[in-house]
Amino acid sequence: MSAVVASAARPRPRPGKSIFRHHVVRAVISIAVFLVLWELGSRLKAPWVGDVPPPTVVMNTWLPLLTDQGYWYSWYQSSRRVLSGFLAAMLIGIPFGLAMATSRFFHDVTFPVFEILRPVPPLAWVPASIIFWPTQELSITFVTFLGAFYTIVINVLGGARSIDVRYFQAAQSMGSSSWDIFRRIILPGTLPSIVVGSAVGMGITWEVVVAAEMISGGGSQAAGTGGGLGFFIWNSYVGGSYEQIVVGMISIGVAGYFSSELLRWLGKYVTPWLRVR
Amino acid sequence: MNAPSSMRSAPAGQHASKGAIRIQNVDKMYYAREGAVQAVSDCSLDIRAGEICMIVGPSGCGKTTLLNAIAGFHDITGGTISLDGELLCGPEKPKAEPGPDRVVVFQNGALFPWKTNLENVAFGPVMQGKMTWAQAREKARGMMADAGLVGVEHNYPGEVSSGMRRRVEIVRALMNDPKVLLLDEPFRALDSLTKSVMHEALLEIYYKNKVTIFFITHDLEEAIFLGHRVAIMTTRPCKPKKILEVDIPHPRNYSVLTSPRFRSLMEETVNAVHEEAVKAFEAGEKEM
Repeated sequence: MSAVVASAARPRPRPGKSIFRHHVVRAVISIAVFLVLWELGSRLKAPWVGDVPPPTVVMNTWLPLLTDQGYWYSWYQSSRRVLSGFLAAMLIGIPFGLAMATSRFFHDVTFPVFEILRPVPPLAWVPASIIFWPTQELSITFVTFLGAFYTIVINVLGGARSIDVRYFQAAQSMGSSSWDIFRRIILPGTLPSIVVGSAVGMGITWEVVVAAEMISGGGSQAAGTGGGLGFFIWNSYVGGSYEQIVVGMISIGVAGYFSSELLRWLGKYVTPWLRVR
Repeated sequence: MNAPSSMRSAPAGQHASKGAIRIQNVDKMYYAREGAVQAVSDCSLDIRAGEICMIVGPSGCGKTTLLNAIAGFHDITGGTISLDGELLCGPEKPKAEPGPDRVVVFQNGALFPWKTNLENVAFGPVMQGKMTWAQAREKARGMMADAGLVGVEHNYPGEVSSGMRRRVEIVRALMNDPKVLLLDEPFRALDSLTKSVMHEALLEIYYKNKVTIFFITHDLEEAIFLGHRVAIMTTRPCKPKKILEVDIPHPRNYSVLTSPRFRSLMEETVNAVHEEAVKAFEAGEKEM
């Protein structure tokens, strides 16, 4: 019996792991090919992409911006709004979803209202929230919050409800109190869904914040600098700088990618048991 | 892996003083979409303290309903179940209180995937306030070692084989020092080779712990190999059709399977089981 145990105990060491793993190489090639096609399409005035400035020109516009404070301030503004809206959505959404999952009464009382409000797109809230909230800053953050809130609640609720009943029965028969069951079964059992909900919610916050900034005029006093990346794009459009529009778009893509990557990393960290699959 | 011959073969119920289950005239009716269903009807069965009692019956016959009633997961609609003379459930109290004296090992396993094997095993005594995590981990390590589970303590259940998981789960149940172990087809999903290893592992654990085992299975060979007695249940509504005393002495090992006595016991029961299986099949029973 011991031989069986010993071989199962330690996973075999993986064969030599280099930095240039296949997926990294493929990613680099994929981006390079995309840029080349874009450049060609743009230079050759191909239909649809013909009017988009080519990547080399965009780079020429981008490089000086990298040392421009206003550009980075836009990054900072948008990121701050995304982060505060997102954190608020987590802080309110997770307990809210858990309460709905664990209390029949709370669920029955809140769910109808929640379900009526949920289909209202966050952007439809922009005018109302500008009226409700004292500052434009708060109204943008509120709309951002809404973007992530519904997704997080729905995921938490679904996740908590889909926990296998046998886990509850096992915990019960081993003498767990209700609090233990909440803390040691419901919470860890819901964690994977919280991670998924957060990742999806984070994506939505970036979509929402940019649009909210465009509509509300960036909540800035000094146009063009304090408005965030959404306003940066809008301002570039008004100013007729197509290159800057593309710079703004790529910036959002990069920002969104890194936010998601960060969340994925955090998610793996808090759910170590899922890594083994 | 033969059990040491020095281990004495204690006839069921003579050395163990705890863990006798008395099931008396139990009824269980529940309401499904197609109307009222009588899952268990007038079922009486005495399980002796310290014996391995195997419950064999066709799919959906209500065996698990009985187990759930003993464990306290579901109520009963008639009769009484008592453990060592204490009433678990009856007319006044249709649902038993789940407790660490009757721990279940589930069909598909219910180790908490977010806890390591060691934390899973240590879980019970901490929940009952009997030990701190440190004490429980210490004891868990010892019990896992006794069951041949060395080197997997810090793995998650998802990282070890399904046979290993089953063993961890049985050890987790035993950590609670239960009077009765309720096993609901625990080896169903295992391949036959792993199954045979698990049977001997279970017997080894049993010889060390001498706890009453209520073991549900479909597998007649498994039932006769492990059990002191085999209760063959009728198809729904469930009650004992035939109770077989397996007079092959414990400790047993796999050589028993080829013995003439084993074969004749198989022959004696296979018809009874087949009869019920056909009835269940014709009634179109589905798994519950």
